[in-house]
Amino acid sequence: MSAPASSKSKPPFWTIARRDAAAGYVFIAPQLLGIVTFVLVPLGLVFWYSLHEWNVLASSFNFVGAANYQMLLADPNLPAVLTASAIFSAGLVVLNMSLALLLAVLLDQKLKGMVVFRTLFFSPVVVSLVAWTIVWSFLLQANGGINGMLAVVGIEGPNWLRTPTTAMISVVVVQVFKNVGLNMVLFLAALQGVPKELYEAARVDGAGRFKQFRRITLPMISPTILLTSIITIVGSLQVFAQIAVLTQGGPGMTTTVLVYYLYQQAFQFHFFGYGSTLSILLFVIVAVLTFAQWQLRKRIVFYEN
Amino acid sequence: MKTDLSPRMKVGLYGLMCVLLIPFVFPTWWMITSSVKPISDIFAFPPDLWPRRFDWSTYAQVFELQPFARQYWNSAYIAAIVTVVTMIISSMAGYAFARIRFPFSNALFMVVLLGLLIPSEVTIVPLFQIFLSWGMINTHWPLILVPIFGAPSVFATFVMRQFFISLPNELEEAARVDGLGRFKIFWTIALPLAKPALGAVAIFTFLHSWNLYLEPIVFLSSTQMFTLPQALTQFTDAYGGAMWNIQLAAATMTAIPVLLVFVVAQKQFVEGLAHTGLKG
Repeated sequence: MSAPASSKSKPPFWTIARRDAAAGYVFIAPQLLGIVTFVLVPLGLVFWYSLHEWNVLASSFNFVGAANYQMLLADPNLPAVLTASAIFSAGLVVLNMSLALLLAVLLDQKLKGMVVFRTLFFSPVVVSLVAWTIVWSFLLQANGGINGMLAVVGIEGPNWLRTPTTAMISVVVVQVFKNVGLNMVLFLAALQGVPKELYEAARVDGAGRFKQFRRITLPMISPTILLTSIITIVGSLQVFAQIAVLTQGGPGMTTTVLVYYLYQQAFQFHFFGYGSTLSILLFVIVAVLTFAQWQLRKRIVFYEN
Repeated sequence: MKTDLSPRMKVGLYGLMCVLLIPFVFPTWWMITSSVKPISDIFAFPPDLWPRRFDWSTYAQVFELQPFARQYWNSAYIAAIVTVVTMIISSMAGYAFARIRFPFSNALFMVVLLGLLIPSEVTIVPLFQIFLSWGMINTHWPLILVPIFGAPSVFATFVMRQFFISLPNELEEAARVDGLGRFKIFWTIALPLAKPALGAVAIFTFLHSWNLYLEPIVFLSSTQMFTLPQALTQFTDAYGGAMWNIQLAAATMTAIPVLLVFVVAQKQFVEGLAHTGLKG
């Protein structure tokens, strides 16, 4: 700090820097207060609850230390739940990202009517989630529209949502078509941001389409791929409505993903303590995956602004 | 990869895209047409792409079986409040984190970003307890407060911050020389420029609120208070079987308004989303 021009009069307390800082705190206050009240305090509470045996119906609330965590490790349902979550997330992310990239590349071509195609591919994003899911559960029934279509060409389709092997595939596919438009738009924006000169230079060097895609397009849009994959993975771990409407976790436990299991334990069976333990597990998985992807950024992202 | 394509490739591309479109467009088509088919025609074989007979009575039944108009209003007003207030709060926070220097701003930004890591599914049990102790179970407060102040608004703040970071300094410096305060600068200079980002935030936030499902079924218990996603699944007969034509009519009514807005404003819609600062 430089000395004030007149050393005799006291410098004003409200300097520009101080006024700025005050404005900054006022601007972030609502958000910060909200995060503390509705995210951080509940996170502390959920950890505290997870150390208790808490049955709401029996109104018991006893400190049991790590017992819920021991129960978690011994839970015979846990392998099935984690498997269902892993299959759902992996299937969703792989299908979603590759289909989004394919559509974005197609829609990036110079052709008439691209706006119409873009609108149509994007339209499921704005159809309300449960409405979309209800239509699909209608279509996927044993005597539903999809098997009706298959029968026309002489194929007898399974009862998609009641057969263990096809139930999870169906849930993933329904979700992919619902939301792939979002990633498609983000990829399209990234594609359009790739400098055209790079392609021209590559063509002069005799690089074909595929090589151009691998050597120029993919590296240039890799930051977008990373960010959308983080969002898609975290989103896939939060899936609930689709499961609740399409399969209720069945047949058996084949589509009981972690959030659905958590909901059942806490709000259907009223085991709040164990539900909280499952919440902590969900939190740890989300945190680990996000952190891992963030670290990967250094290895796989070739280009950043 | 924009190169001029040969006519054969063009035809191939159009063909490929039309095939790919089927699973995107067909379900919505099926929902709308089936909603006006009489129940006896709904499972016709082979399936009808266009209704043989029109039966509009299902649309009346939607309102008879449940207070559907009331539930529609619940969803609409909740989404409106959540969207507007999120835009205000996230643009203010995003602006401060992007353009104002103040002690601990980076640390506080990290605290806010934690919100992105902790989806509200993780904290649903304590949130239930908190709202229970506040006497807010079976009210709409949880569906308004959690999205506005909790994890879902953090993404909005992140988007706004990315946008404000890219604004050139000169714009604000002139205003500061003229003696404008922070709030004036934010309100008259930065915010009007942020319309694309605000648009994206509005779309995301509206769709998020409109689609909420876990929270309503945890927090609400009376049909009068239900929101649309919850209401849609309640059209079942005495045996718990789905009343398909009525469910599809209700689903059509929840899907069509947003779809119409989207078709009219699709350019702003898609570009707004593409403009979320995720471009790297």
